[in-house]
Amino acid sequence: MTAIPMPEPITTPWTLPRRGPVGMLLFIVAETSIFGVFVTTYLFYIGRSLTGPTPAEVLHFPVAMTVSLLSSSLTIHQANRALRRGATARFLGFWLATILLGAGFLLGTAREWHELIFEHHLTLRTNLFGSTYYALVGLHASHVVAGMLLLLIVATFGIAGRVRPEHVGRTDVISMYWHFVDVVWIVVVTVVYVIGR
Amino acid sequence: MTTTKFPLAADIDEGVPSALDRLHQWVVTVDHKRLGIMYIVMALGFLVVGGIEATLIRVQLAVPDAHFISPNAFNTLFTMHGTTMVFLMGMPILAGFANYLIPLQIGARDLAFPRLNSFAFWITCFGGLLLYSSYITAPALFGGAAAPDFGWFGYAPLTEPTYSRGNAADYWVLGLIIVGFGSIAGAVNVATTILTMRTEGMTLGRMPLFTWITLVVQGMILIVVSPLTATLILLLLDRSLGAHFFDTQAGGSAVLWRHFFWWFGHPEVYVLMLPGFGFVSEIIPVFSRKVIFGYPAMVAASVGIGFISLGVWAHHMFAVGMSPAANTFFAISTGLVSVPTGIKIFNWLGTMWGGRIRMKTPMLFCMGFLVQFLCAGITGVMLAVVPFTWQLTETYFVVAHFHFVLIGGLIFTVFAAIYYWFPKITGRMLSERLGKWHFWLFLIGFNLTFIPQHFAGMLGMPRRVYTFLPERGLELWNLVSSIGVPFQLAGVLCLVWNMIRSYRQGAVAGNDPWDAWTLEWATSSPPAEYNFAKLPVVHSRRPLWDLKHPEDPDWQYE
Amino acid sequence: MVSLAVLAAMIQATDTVSSIFAPVSTPAIKERDLSMLVLVLSAIVFVVVGGLIAYNLVRFRAPAGDQSTEPPQVYGSAQVEAAWTVVPLVIIVVLMLATARVIHEVQAAPQPPNAVEATIVGRQWWWEIRYPKLGVVTANELHVPVSDSTVRRPTWLTLESADVSHSFWIPRLAGKTDVIPNRTNHTWIEPFVTGTYLGQCAEYCGTQHAHMLLRVVVESPEQFARWVEQQRQAPAGDSAADSGRRIFLGTACISCHTVAGTVANGRYGPDLTHLMARATIGAGVAPNTKDKLRAWVKNPDDLKLGALMPAMQLDDEQLDQLVHYLLTLR
Repeated sequence: MTAIPMPEPITTPWTLPRRGPVGMLLFIVAETSIFGVFVTTYLFYIGRSLTGPTPAEVLHFPVAMTVSLLSSSLTIHQANRALRRGATARFLGFWLATILLGAGFLLGTAREWHELIFEHHLTLRTNLFGSTYYALVGLHASHVVAGMLLLLIVATFGIAGRVRPEHVGRTDVISMYWHFVDVVWIVVVTVVYVIGR
Repeated sequence: MTTTKFPLAADIDEGVPSALDRLHQWVVTVDHKRLGIMYIVMALGFLVVGGIEATLIRVQLAVPDAHFISPNAFNTLFTMHGTTMVFLMGMPILAGFANYLIPLQIGARDLAFPRLNSFAFWITCFGGLLLYSSYITAPALFGGAAAPDFGWFGYAPLTEPTYSRGNAADYWVLGLIIVGFGSIAGAVNVATTILTMRTEGMTLGRMPLFTWITLVVQGMILIVVSPLTATLILLLLDRSLGAHFFDTQAGGSAVLWRHFFWWFGHPEVYVLMLPGFGFVSEIIPVFSRKVIFGYPAMVAASVGIGFISLGVWAHHMFAVGMSPAANTFFAISTGLVSVPTGIKIFNWLGTMWGGRIRMKTPMLFCMGFLVQFLCAGITGVMLAVVPFTWQLTETYFVVAHFHFVLIGGLIFTVFAAIYYWFPKITGRMLSERLGKWHFWLFLIGFNLTFIPQHFAGMLGMPRRVYTFLPERGLELWNLVSSIGVPFQLAGVLCLVWNMIRSYRQGAVAGNDPWDAWTLEWATSSPPAEYNFAKLPVVHSRRPLWDLKHPEDPDWQYE
Repeated sequence: MVSLAVLAAMIQATDTVSSIFAPVSTPAIKERDLSMLVLVLSAIVFVVVGGLIAYNLVRFRAPAGDQSTEPPQVYGSAQVEAAWTVVPLVIIVVLMLATARVIHEVQAAPQPPNAVEATIVGRQWWWEIRYPKLGVVTANELHVPVSDSTVRRPTWLTLESADVSHSFWIPRLAGKTDVIPNRTNHTWIEPFVTGTYLGQCAEYCGTQHAHMLLRVVVESPEQFARWVEQQRQAPAGDSAADSGRRIFLGTACISCHTVAGTVANGRYGPDLTHLMARATIGAGVAPNTKDKLRAWVKNPDDLKLGALMPAMQLDDEQLDQLVHYLLTLR
């Protein structure tokens, strides 16, 4: 190849965003679209059930669950801050706290559903409220479960002492997902327990 | 002292890999080039299957009151034809080209997530096979079909358990959910690659237009394929767990399905169309020997189409009985989306203007595309005129329109892309003579088949009918339409024969057989596994033009 | 290309049974008139742009042989690009203004007090037709009085579905409107020329979507009034058809069909009270003759594969008697 006449030499270093966070962000865009359909369906069918229990009759605002899940966003944020500074023990502590709070949320969901199914006889097939409620809350809960799996995998490595500060890029990506799940919960709570009731 | 010498690569004798070894390499590969080829080969296979389905449809409709195919079989044919062509041919073939070309065009060594890439391919393959296994495995209850038979849009409540008995619908739903995961995974991968792995100097404003358009398309996929997945999950819940999302007897809404489906469905057709614009934006400049006219406008138009296409979906629902205000809104948005599309046609013409046009096969197909797509755009604007659409919707006029869009816009450009990039992928040129035969046979056959369908629609023939009545004046149009099929089959046969023969015996291509200007032509044909020995540094949109014309580089004008 | 050749189709259109370019009713006429504007503009665009493509290909073809010189590279032109953005935009604006006007004229037309009212219920694969104010129930064949410019008398239609989505379309009378379960739609027709107009379901609705045909009989006001009177009466008894009637009432026919004046009041299938007043059976799949009627009752699948009416397993003698009875239902 012949030499090419150069324009002004490139002096600024060529840096582009990192793959992990960009990939996770794009994935979150897709997930937001999925949740968008379920939320729209829920809103559209409010008040249109032909029979059966209504939201006002059977739903109670889930205070403990909400506090649990939202605090877990704080703890995971703290965990990553600690890891970035090299405090791996603090990281592990906050990370495990996140898992506990997530588990608390799932336990709350399980109890709520138990009450709805066995006391109020509300299932997916009872009426439109049943269909849309279990679909939306269930979709969110399944995303919490998936997040818990990711958290548990990291926790396993953490307890084995294998998580080091240079891995903070990856734990950051996981926490992006976890924050997303929390934001979706805020939307779900507003739509189901505030607007829908 | 004795030193241990590490053997040079040339010294290691691995022997000639056996056929099984070679197959294994393909199955476990995470190389974007191999996966790209696998996507394209899979899609071409489904193109043949979908083509056979279409052929059977046209044989049945060649004459009125034919009894060649039963109503049930016919209904599965048009459903599977549509589903196959959109999800198992269109999306994968474009994913394949994106997979192959993007890292090469941006000067990278692979996609951002190679294993995710492999996952996306195999899951797409699996979803397709699951859908097709319905022909064999879904039991056919009385009145129910073995394969899905409710049209590729799966309108509720026809797809609800009451009206679609048996499991055919479940195969369709599950197959598409799985294929959708593949599309979403692929979109995350390709978009991340474009945003984070461009070679030094390649700002967003210096990317090839194919790369730009691919970026827009991946964004659209993320925003619209996911809702389809969600909607299919809702239908799955209805069918398997007794939910009532689209159960009209329980208060569910059939129109809600349509809104959700078309929120996906309309941008989906732009997802299928835009990459073709990308191919054409690479090929026309090279064969006119001129830079693309108005690069910034082309980028803006592509992004514009992406955005506006999200706001037109209800033009598939003009007969649903929406309010005059809603109908007018969607008429206007639909009319508006034609403007950036028109701009692109003019920019391509502007590129050709004053050039030195070489009519090789890739360029022939681009010209066929231009004329066909012009017709498609015009009939599209006709369909934006709501009162006219009240007569034309759900008729063969619409069938003609969207085949002009998808065959004119997707298939013709894919053929152009195959002729253009086959030398890069295999190192051999395709035969020009066979290429010309392919082009003319296919052009004649396509127009014979689809121009008459405009008239059939205007004379009152609805779509998805397994037969038509003799006294409606439809005989001539349907007969001519069916006569076009063997020409198209012959054309595709020419292509397949061309590819098989040229793979071994074609003229050796060299790095840059077309004298082109984007980075993929700067490396060997086929490229080494690592793509580039040294990642290039670029200073303009046409790095190879700069190298070939050091006295007049592009960066002085951009 | 399409729009230019449409002219040829239109010339023969008045000959064709269900052409959208042979409208005889107000909404279809408005739609046809608007389509003229659209087709003219489309033809102009096609000729201009197509011409430019052709010109390009001819004028700027590379001369054979000389492969080395590159033409001047032109990167863009703000004026030219602005022009070809603005001109299409103007064309679109013009089209949209006309579109908005006709949408409003058709969809927001007020229902005059003397309009005939009918309710159409789409069912897999036939049309139930009721005139609530006139007390008439029939199937597949809609009778309406002709309108004229001095005494306008349109027909207002309410559209409902008993099962899946269908679409009500008679091209020469109006654009199509979908017939959707759990949703009530409305449309209207106002034919000015008497005659029989053909249409069919225009939304895929299952196996026999292709044979869910429609007939609209537009007749003079007197003929229409006579038809209504006839439809309201119970059929006269005919003792010669007694054995057939007994078969009808004794077999499961009555669980799906209604015959006024008998115990048969099934709602799943068409009302048969005035079966023989209709020109076709099976929603248009066959003419309403004795032979076809017999074939239909013997096994509907022979005429319309997949039809939801079962074969009643009658022997030849029973069939003959039953058909003899059905023929009395005028």
